[in-house]
Amino acid sequence: MSRIQTVFQRLQADGRKALIPFVTAGFPAPELTLPLMNALVEGGADIVELGVPFSDPMADGPTIQRASERALAQGMSLRKVLETVRAFRATNADTPVVLMGYANPIEAMGQERFVAAAHEAGVDGVLVVDYPPEECVSFAATAKAGGLDPIFLLAPTSGEQRFADVARAGSGYIYYVSLKGVTGSAKLDVDEVARRIPEIRAAVGMPVGVGFGIRDADSAQRIGAVADAVVIGSRIIEEIETNPGEEVARVRDFMRSIRAALDALAAGKGAQA
Amino acid sequence: MQMADTPYQFPDASGHFGPYGGIFVAETLMPALAELREAYAACQNDPEFIAEFEYELKHYVGRPSPIYHARRWSEILGGAQIYLKREDLNHTGAHKVNNCIGQAMVARRMGKPRVIAETGAGQHGVATATVAARYGMECVVYMGSEDVKRQAANVYRMKLLGATVVPVESGSKTLKDALNEAMRDWVTNVADTFYIIGTVAGPHPYPMMVRDFQSVIGKECLEQMPDMVGRQPDYVLACVGGGSNAMGIFHPYIGVPGVKLVGVEAAGDGLDTGRHSASLTAGRPGVLHGNRTYLLQDEDGQIIETHSVSAGLDYPGVGPEHAWLKDTARAEYVGITDAEALEAFHKLCRLEGIIPALESSHALAYAAKLAPTLPKDKILLVNLSGRGDKDMHTVAERSGLQF
Ligand SMILES: Cc1ncc(COP(=O)(O)O)c(C=O)c1O
Repeated sequence: MSRIQTVFQRLQADGRKALIPFVTAGFPAPELTLPLMNALVEGGADIVELGVPFSDPMADGPTIQRASERALAQGMSLRKVLETVRAFRATNADTPVVLMGYANPIEAMGQERFVAAAHEAGVDGVLVVDYPPEECVSFAATAKAGGLDPIFLLAPTSGEQRFADVARAGSGYIYYVSLKGVTGSAKLDVDEVARRIPEIRAAVGMPVGVGFGIRDADSAQRIGAVADAVVIGSRIIEEIETNPGEEVARVRDFMRSIRAALDALAAGKGAQA
Repeated sequence: MQMADTPYQFPDASGHFGPYGGIFVAETLMPALAELREAYAACQNDPEFIAEFEYELKHYVGRPSPIYHARRWSEILGGAQIYLKREDLNHTGAHKVNNCIGQAMVARRMGKPRVIAETGAGQHGVATATVAARYGMECVVYMGSEDVKRQAANVYRMKLLGATVVPVESGSKTLKDALNEAMRDWVTNVADTFYIIGTVAGPHPYPMMVRDFQSVIGKECLEQMPDMVGRQPDYVLACVGGGSNAMGIFHPYIGVPGVKLVGVEAAGDGLDTGRHSASLTAGRPGVLHGNRTYLLQDEDGQIIETHSVSAGLDYPGVGPEHAWLKDTARAEYVGITDAEALEAFHKLCRLEGIIPALESSHALAYAAKLAPTLPKDKILLVNLSGRGDKDMHTVAERSGLQF
């Protein structure tokens, strides 16, 4: 069983929801990525999503665009992301790491070489924003065979046929993009998400995480009430951006506040959305 | 609008030209692209759509565009005869408008009241704004903030036509970043918005659809050349940025034996300087902007900044069909430097009384290299994709002048 499956099984047994934070590798500085990953775990992360910076992040809003630009300006690369994961694994054997990024850095390394190197470094899953199921039949197969869960997105525009497509190609969990837009948008419609998650979960037979637009304990709790996992990205990047010098401590504290809100749900004390 | 009489049948049903092309976009856009594929397929088979498109091209754009024999220039070069396909005479001054009309008509049939576009030099932005005004559609054009500065006159033209021009501050602040931002707008407003892509790039069906609309250029040539000279040309040349004017003139000739197709990329300061935009000549295959194609990228797969004196060629990718034509050797791709393009620009001004676009000047410059190596009875057909009015500023500056 993969590390990702293990996490979801354990959480499900406890009636808890997964908290999946996202940070851009190399932001605000390459040497801070490892301490930030550890702080995310200390603050209650169940899975860490590590953004692989790309020069042309088409699906990202201004916050993650800026983070990617700063990371690249400091020499971050896919190879260095893998080194960072290897360093993380030296002290953490349990928390799954999912790489999130765009196709071209993987294409440049070569799909097979990437899968082998990522698995060897201790990566558990990979989410390639611009590899829809149609375009990565062989990549998804290579990833699965090489011990990586290929994770796919579903969107508010996705119909039932798409559910089936990602169910076939993907493993680990499904990432439901909560709104039409780029990362960091603030148009989250919780009722709409609540309406769609049950049908998606039933169709894909995997845990469903929800991301894009989750910014605080309240929105995390309301999404956590319906989804299996809550993904927070831009809001964490903002926490890093606005607290130079104190990033690690601030991210840990922010994570604790979200963790507490999600665990309150499990204890049945959650605000009824 | 496919050629029925040739075995060349690309792209395949999933939008691939061999290993190139495809649909590499985020999930949110997949249904929108499926909807577009269906809508476009319906238009292709609708005689009313085709008739309306032809009417617009004739009465609004001024087609067919003539072919002109550049006699003096050919004589001075002392070799093959150079003929120019005069896309510079189109309304708005370039080939771009052919495609904008086609896509705006599809948008109308899909009931989308808002169109968006990316632009580099501003030519595609102006053509989109023009057509949006003509059809009463809301129009937003994304343009890198560097290009907004370099192309102030075209920014003003777009505003006169009622478009909103949004300067893009991310990345290298040029065409590729404008394309990223237009994609972000589309993801966000996908329900009421149609994205009019300006070249034969982007996710399927764009490379095919833009090619089909631009193919009017080559189809006219197929008829005009026999009328004029009694036969088809020996070479067809065109500049390649994203590749739409080249694809438009190449595609109808793909199945015609004996016609060599030559695409001319911007070699900028020279291919060995690293400051150029020659994706096919100097790039490697990768994935960007929704398709797999040749890209200018570093070892890590990051897209690198490009350079060309002509903003319209300043793009790190190229349409996937050109990648396929290169690999299959049906077309050949070469580079022309800024200096060579400028020389051809001045030659055409002085010898033929035609001020060409700097983009088109790249194709002219290669014709000027090729012609003297060939006998006088050979024929080169060059796609003169646009006129140079927009480039006055750049050329003057290069000559040490200020307006
Ligand atoms: C006159 C002209 N020619 C050529 C191009 C390059 O585009 P493409 O390669 O798609 O024809 C442009 C782009 O702005 C242009 O304005």
